[in-house]
Amino acid sequence: MVKGLQQHHRVLQVISKLFIPLILLFAFYVQFHGDFGPGGGFQAGVIFASAFILHGLIFGEGRTRLVMPPYVLRFLMSFGVLLYAGTGLVSIMMGGNYLDHSVLSEDALHGQHWGIFAVELGVGFTVTAVMITLFYCFSSTRP
Amino acid sequence: MLSAHLPAFIIVLPLMAGPLCVISRHSFISWLIALLINIVVVFMSVAIFFQVSDEGVIRYALGGWAAPTGIEYYIDTLNATLLVLITIISLCTLVYSLPAVDREVAKHRHYLFYTGWMLCLTGLLGIVITGDAFNVFVFLEISSLSMYMLIALGSERRQALMASFRYLMMGSIGASFILIGIGFLYAATGTLNMIGLAESIPNVSDSRTVLVAFSFITLGLLIKAAVFPVYSWLPNAYQYAPTAVTAFLAGTVTKVSLYIFLRFFFQMFGSDYSFGKLLLGEVLLPLSVIGFFVMSLVAVFQTDIRRILAYSSIAQVGYIMAAMSMATHEGVAAAVVHIINHAFVKAALFVAVGCILYRLGNAQVTSMGNLIRLMPWTTSAFIVAGLSLIGVPLTAGFVSKWNLVNAAIDIGWWSIVAMVLISSLLAIVYIGKVIEAFYFQSASEEVSNGNRAIKDPPLMMLIPLWTLIIISVYIGINGSVVVDIANVAAQQLLNGFGVSLETVNTVVTGSSK
Repeated sequence: MVKGLQQHHRVLQVISKLFIPLILLFAFYVQFHGDFGPGGGFQAGVIFASAFILHGLIFGEGRTRLVMPPYVLRFLMSFGVLLYAGTGLVSIMMGGNYLDHSVLSEDALHGQHWGIFAVELGVGFTVTAVMITLFYCFSSTRP
Repeated sequence: MLSAHLPAFIIVLPLMAGPLCVISRHSFISWLIALLINIVVVFMSVAIFFQVSDEGVIRYALGGWAAPTGIEYYIDTLNATLLVLITIISLCTLVYSLPAVDREVAKHRHYLFYTGWMLCLTGLLGIVITGDAFNVFVFLEISSLSMYMLIALGSERRQALMASFRYLMMGSIGASFILIGIGFLYAATGTLNMIGLAESIPNVSDSRTVLVAFSFITLGLLIKAAVFPVYSWLPNAYQYAPTAVTAFLAGTVTKVSLYIFLRFFFQMFGSDYSFGKLLLGEVLLPLSVIGFFVMSLVAVFQTDIRRILAYSSIAQVGYIMAAMSMATHEGVAAAVVHIINHAFVKAALFVAVGCILYRLGNAQVTSMGNLIRLMPWTTSAFIVAGLSLIGVPLTAGFVSKWNLVNAAIDIGWWSIVAMVLISSLLAIVYIGKVIEAFYFQSASEEVSNGNRAIKDPPLMMLIPLWTLIIISVYIGINGSVVVDIANVAAQQLLNGFGVSLETVNTVVTGSSK
């Protein structure tokens, strides 16, 4: 059954195999270039997750679960929030207010840069994990 | 140095406890994380309370961005008190929840339960602490979403899901009304800071935009606080949620909505605008009077104790609203007093019902027979809290009713006084019904068959129950503790913010640029 399905979607599978790395790469670009141009954690997270969702649609959700198991997602989801909140705690430790990124580095501008970088990374992790989990929830046949 | 950052820590720690519970994925460990964080947060809220009473209002600029640009936390006597209230009730019900949740929620969902609890606590504390109108909405959504989840975890799965869905629908309508209102205010004034809004609203108070914003926010808050005509989400949510959640919900969630009400209509819009020009009192007073009268009457005819208490909760919200709609110093103070007292009393009552449910398996009045002998500590706690609900002297309820009636007499609202007293008589009937069952009814078949040993629940449940009872009795005996706080809070609410937005630029606490 699975084999027949695979042959039926041969074109889609080959094309999506070609596309998935590019989508992931683009997600990284949006994530890490977000502080210079349009983009950031939310957008990058959704794009990154869309690569996995595409994989799930073409190869079946079961295989995607092997690539990205739910327990990893659960960890990433929580880790993203902790990273965001932790950045704020670091700035308190460095003597500023909560989430005051200016104190993270000698130079206030650099500090803001580092702060936003860490915060957006946290957002990226969480959004990716939440998007994929939503996909699992809706496509899962288990009750 | 750390004490300057307490306003940030008190929000961030529960927020971080949520994901930690998810990572642990273990029933007991996640409870332990939640408990530890909650204890820390209680101490922090008490520290903030003393800081406020010593040094006056605290303003904390998040991210080092001063108020008009960034979000600030604004803490005066009223929020500091509510922070203590919320954290203590959360701690008591959280301790109680360990055995209760073990019985009521499936094992593999326990960690989700405590995650939801911590996020809900974050949201409630956030609503209370923030000085930014939009931030209020954000925290309102955090607390509501996690509350929907917590209700859906109830043991009667189908009904719990329906109750949660109903609350979700009503709550979302309420929240989006509040959001629309805040949006209109932003359009009219160009600021979201409460102090900024309080400064600019008088300049544009004739415009229709502000009027529309006012109406949307009023309606949204009425739904969230479960005031009489829009209360339909409340009874089912209270009945079918896990009992620990019900106690937490009854003690805090509607109270927090009432807090937003106080903050927005007295301090932000100003009582001259809301009650003088727009006659909000004329709308609220009939609703609240019908509310506390009819809902007390409905409570009399309920057979499930949880439902009796749920309808009684709506009635109590009616008392608080009636006190607010007087728009006098005494009225507002009475409202604050009753918010505090009722939170402790209702949380205690629901914990007591949870204990009965833990042993008995149901909460029907008819199966309560002979419980005074079988579960003496639980039932006596219920009776003390029940007397407080009626307003018997030496209980917290008496202090609130006394202040409420005094405030009404001061402005000559004798009919309101009469209605409050009649409604208290109804409270005697519905609480008396339960107490009568405890003492005089013969044991139900289930109990006398003895297929389950009926005795007092474990200490883990009794200690938080009696802590809540002792707090409420202490308030009843030494009422001036709460009344003094309420008087200061009412004075602050009616006098506006007393600081201007610009002063923030120079006073940014703890920033070292």
